Amino acid sequence: MTTTIYRSSAPDTGVTTLRGSRRPRRELVFRLALQSALGIAVSFLGVLLAYVVWTGLPRLDADLLRNMPSTLRPETAGAQSAITGTLWVISLTALITVPIGVMSAIYLEEYADPTKWWNRVIDINIQNLAAVPSIVYGILGLGVIARGLGLGLTVLSAAITLSLLVLPVVIIAGREAIRAVPSSIRFGSLALGATQWQTIWKQVLPAAVPGTATGSILALSRAIGEAAPLLLLGALAYISFNPDGVLSQFTVLPVQIYDFIKQSREEFVPLASAAIVVLLVILLAMNSVAIYLRNKFQRRW
Amino acid sequence: MTQHLESRFAALSQSEAREAALTIAGPDPAGPQPLSVPSPVFEMSDVSVFYGDYQAVRNVDLPVARREITALIGPSGCGKSTILRCFNRMNDLVPGARVTGKITFHDEDLYADYVDPIEVRRRIGMVFQKPNPFPKSIYDNVAYGPRVNGVKKGLDEIVEQALRGAALWDETKDKLTDSALALSGGQQQRLCIARTIAVQPEVILMDEPCSALDPIATSKIEDLMHDLAEDFTIIIVTHNMQQAARVSERTAFFTADVDEAGVRHGRLVEFDRTATIFSGPSDRRTEDYITGRFG
Repeated sequence: MTTTIYRSSAPDTGVTTLRGSRRPRRELVFRLALQSALGIAVSFLGVLLAYVVWTGLPRLDADLLRNMPSTLRPETAGAQSAITGTLWVISLTALITVPIGVMSAIYLEEYADPTKWWNRVIDINIQNLAAVPSIVYGILGLGVIARGLGLGLTVLSAAITLSLLVLPVVIIAGREAIRAVPSSIRFGSLALGATQWQTIWKQVLPAAVPGTATGSILALSRAIGEAAPLLLLGALAYISFNPDGVLSQFTVLPVQIYDFIKQSREEFVPLASAAIVVLLVILLAMNSVAIYLRNKFQRRW
Repeated sequence: MTQHLESRFAALSQSEAREAALTIAGPDPAGPQPLSVPSPVFEMSDVSVFYGDYQAVRNVDLPVARREITALIGPSGCGKSTILRCFNRMNDLVPGARVTGKITFHDEDLYADYVDPIEVRRRIGMVFQKPNPFPKSIYDNVAYGPRVNGVKKGLDEIVEQALRGAALWDETKDKLTDSALALSGGQQQRLCIARTIAVQPEVILMDEPCSALDPIATSKIEDLMHDLAEDFTIIIVTHNMQQAARVSERTAFFTADVDEAGVRHGRLVEFDRTATIFSGPSDRRTEDYITGRFG
């Protein structure tokens, strides 16, 4: 039996140490640069939050939730009509956006033929629409929805306007979630004699729910903070009643905050800050739901 | 030209034909006439598949015998999977795919205008290369096919029968509500087979069903295929020649030709009883492939 001895072709240089050269310092510098970049971002956010909470602290009380806004008594004025208005508008926006967005996403992913030019045009334009400034939607809402359709300055007009604003984002999120469902699942279903609709309804959509829900909620939390389009749509500050239906007049938190801050009296500053804290709490709650949904229903293939 | 050559070959004795096939150079030597089989379920005649303008496979004539295992073998890119997907019209799902020629299923044209591909796929099941259980329970995976086909009663029995049929019942009867994704790869593939037979098809198409599995899981699936062949017609695409030799009664050997423009097209070279293909193939390309000289 013969044994082959393997010989390395590399010359034996006789170096006996494994100590490296200069590099560790450059590695460290780069790492510190990254860390400080992150530090700047996080500390901005931290300072902002601390400032708002600190300023608003004196007015973070039950009156804030219980009372209506007032220009006369900032010490006891609340933001109840703005909070309920925000909840009304955003719920209605969700009701409009989610079904339309999901159905559009299904069509674009599962039915549209990407080789046809019109589908590519739609595709590109949805991406563009997602980047249109919100004030443009406000002008559109005022001109077409409030005046053109005669819906007036109501919760419904506001919800439709915000729906237009977030719809592209919801469609994009939905498409990504649908695309993430492996095609082997579709083929598996179709090969068993399921129709295309059965395959979408029983396999693709359930698997796409977490992604779609997360994307939709994040899009809606963007909408909830929008003041610009709703200012144009005539969200009133200082209304002393809660909306009682979709055709009611309304105000929303960002608009209310803007109006508090516009006031000259100093007592409005803590009130505005307290209202900001409420808005942030609503946002955080929505985002937590999104994260919860994503973790709970996440699927692995 | 091809027609002419084929008729000439038919007239020659087999050994002469073999010699002629060896001596003719060029991309398109006509193979021997496809064997006819007893009680064919499928008959393909002059089938070509195009993806857009590209002709992926051309001029395939292939009969498939009832309740036998037919293996499609050949090197990568020879179009064997493409041909397999013609039998249950899965190629319809590929944008730009087009099938020409004629494929009959019990003498009925599979591609006739009135034919509903959904019904075709219900009668002709398919098992894929990678196990693809749905992210549902074991029970729901098996019950899915019957459910989408409108079966509401007796699902428990159907599920049990299908799992028994796929030799998976003993391993799963106590955890039918567990996720199918928790099963091992081999079990998942047998679940996919159970899912397929739950719809009670006549034919099961298998597209390299063992290529993602270890040898033990592979041998279980092969045993299972032998059992299934008593009730079902099976067509299997495989890269593994030993597998074709072990499981199939008949084997079709495909290869890819390069035409004058340098484009590869798949074609059927030889179709015969598996024993013949492996012991005395009549085409040299088959022999080269079988003996490992290429592919």
